[in-house]
Amino acid sequence: MTTTAPGAAGTVVAPPARRRRAWPALAGAGLALVLALLAGVWVGALPLPPGAVVVTLLDRVLGPLGITLPGALEGTEAAVLMELRLPRVLLAALVGAGLAVSGAAYQGVFRNPLADPYLLGAAAGAGLGATVVIAWSPVQSVGPIGIVPLAAFVGALVGVGCAVALGTVAGGSHTPTLLLAGVAVAAFLAAAQTLVQQQNTDDLREIYGWLLGQLGNSQWSDVVLVLPYLGVACLVLLLCGRALDVLAVGDDEASSLGVHPGRLRLLVILAASLATATAVAVSGLIGFVGLVVPHIVRRLVGGSHARVLPMSVLVGGAFLVLADLLARVVLAPAELPIGVVTAFIGAPFFAGLLWVGARRR
Amino acid sequence: MSRRTAHAAAPVAGGARVEVLGLSAAYGRTRVLDSVRLTVEPGGWLAVIGPNGSGKSTLLRSVLGFHPHQGQVRVDGVPTTGMPRRERALSMAYAPQAPVLPEGVTTREYVTLGRTPHRPLLAAPRGVDRQVVADVMDRLGLAPMAERQLTTLSGGEQQRAVLARALAQQPRVLFLDEPTAALDLGHAQQVLDLVDRLRRQDGLTVVSTLHDLTLAGQYADRLALLSDGRVVAEGSPAEVLTAQALSTHYGARAEVVHGPSGPAVLPVRSIDG
Repeated sequence: MTTTAPGAAGTVVAPPARRRRAWPALAGAGLALVLALLAGVWVGALPLPPGAVVVTLLDRVLGPLGITLPGALEGTEAAVLMELRLPRVLLAALVGAGLAVSGAAYQGVFRNPLADPYLLGAAAGAGLGATVVIAWSPVQSVGPIGIVPLAAFVGALVGVGCAVALGTVAGGSHTPTLLLAGVAVAAFLAAAQTLVQQQNTDDLREIYGWLLGQLGNSQWSDVVLVLPYLGVACLVLLLCGRALDVLAVGDDEASSLGVHPGRLRLLVILAASLATATAVAVSGLIGFVGLVVPHIVRRLVGGSHARVLPMSVLVGGAFLVLADLLARVVLAPAELPIGVVTAFIGAPFFAGLLWVGARRR
Repeated sequence: MSRRTAHAAAPVAGGARVEVLGLSAAYGRTRVLDSVRLTVEPGGWLAVIGPNGSGKSTLLRSVLGFHPHQGQVRVDGVPTTGMPRRERALSMAYAPQAPVLPEGVTTREYVTLGRTPHRPLLAAPRGVDRQVVADVMDRLGLAPMAERQLTTLSGGEQQRAVLARALAQQPRVLFLDEPTAALDLGHAQQVLDLVDRLRRQDGLTVVSTLHDLTLAGQYADRLALLSDGRVVAEGSPAEVLTAQALSTHYGARAEVVHGPSGPAVLPVRSIDG
């Protein structure tokens, strides 16, 4: 090209923002997640020696290949690591990743920075489901699956399903109508939940314990249970990143670029809701992660969903592992509800980010 | 011409002929467009004019397939109804009246969205995409703000960025809905000059709505006057822009002055005060 842009030659423009590359940020977030996971298994009522923990983990990974490493933990320490700590931090990472990526996807679909995974009635539906079975269910489990997670999972999907159905009937693919339908469904389900709860005050403690979120009884079976659902949902959302970038310019323009806004929105909402319902089922209602992590990520890598979604997976996982670590140690041997911790450290951190951002502008 | 080779961003096949045949559309039960019939020659610029609420934007949105309608639209003789969206996006690009400008996205990232129909939705932009984007931004004078946040650009720069995104699609027909609505006179002229240059250099067909009649008369080579969803006049600017038509369809008192660059519409104040 020999043509020069008018006004470009010789003019000094405001310093151009440096071009953002995705890999350093992704690598950094991946490293943060690994360090958070390690910290999560090191720290606890019984501190484990960091070096031996790493050796033990490698030993277990390489074991099936016939390789054994010297210096691995044994006895109680090995049991604490493998049966208590490891499933718990892995579950925390999975739940955090699922909530954060769902939040980012919801914010993208609704073009609304206040959207979070609980927006369309997932939280209220899960809350109602859990409360009903805590109060009234004669059985504790269905097969290997606990009745509370099952009811929460079904409740969350029913909540979102009602909101999407109502929104579609009322407004087609008009997003404000869908949001309002979500608000209506959530309010109704929350009222029903309160009603059931007030009639069964004996169960209040258990209900509140669930509502505030907990990872205390995490087992390998939980990890195995959520992995397929969260895996599929996250994969779908990650694949939708570029399409969401197109959707961000508006429905008509997205259409003119060859994308189906209605279909894409439905696919993303379904995948994000599946991830949210799965997370809620095993951990209760952990607030703030889905709202705040995507915003933190956007500060780091910009607004493109192709980068925000994978970063949210990593940062969300790391965030929740660290929050869970704090929940275990702050009042040890007692445990704080993890939802309290995420809000307690998340809110000031976020406020600080906003403040720094405002000053920079 | 060597120009075609000089600009990698030039449309591959030049402009296309657009035919609109008996197009009707409605909002609910209210009929907005009534058997609209239009033809735009390859490389031509048709401006759709008409009073507020006459159906200009709906016409554009229907032709592009965003709004349900009856009738047929053909691009180079091929009906676009039932054509996959991606395929349609390879020949028709669109810049809306009030574009949504996403937050936290650089100008280059935004313009690159125009390459969407040229690659699988999951695939990252390739070298050829980046080259087309760089060329388009160069032509539109956007290179200096390539890495700036789109939302921090001025109104005129944003309008050029929207245009660049549409051009990065390498379309054969460019649809512009009120491209100058948010711009002052100088910036409006800049944008229209730019569109005109692109049209002449690349042979691009342009279909736009324009509420400023003087600008419409000076830049477009054909005008279609829409009133209550019907085309009531179509032809060269001098044929369509008459004091009589402005009075009948706009309820406006105006003189039409014929200057060297086309007819200009001069509003006349009532003198009963």
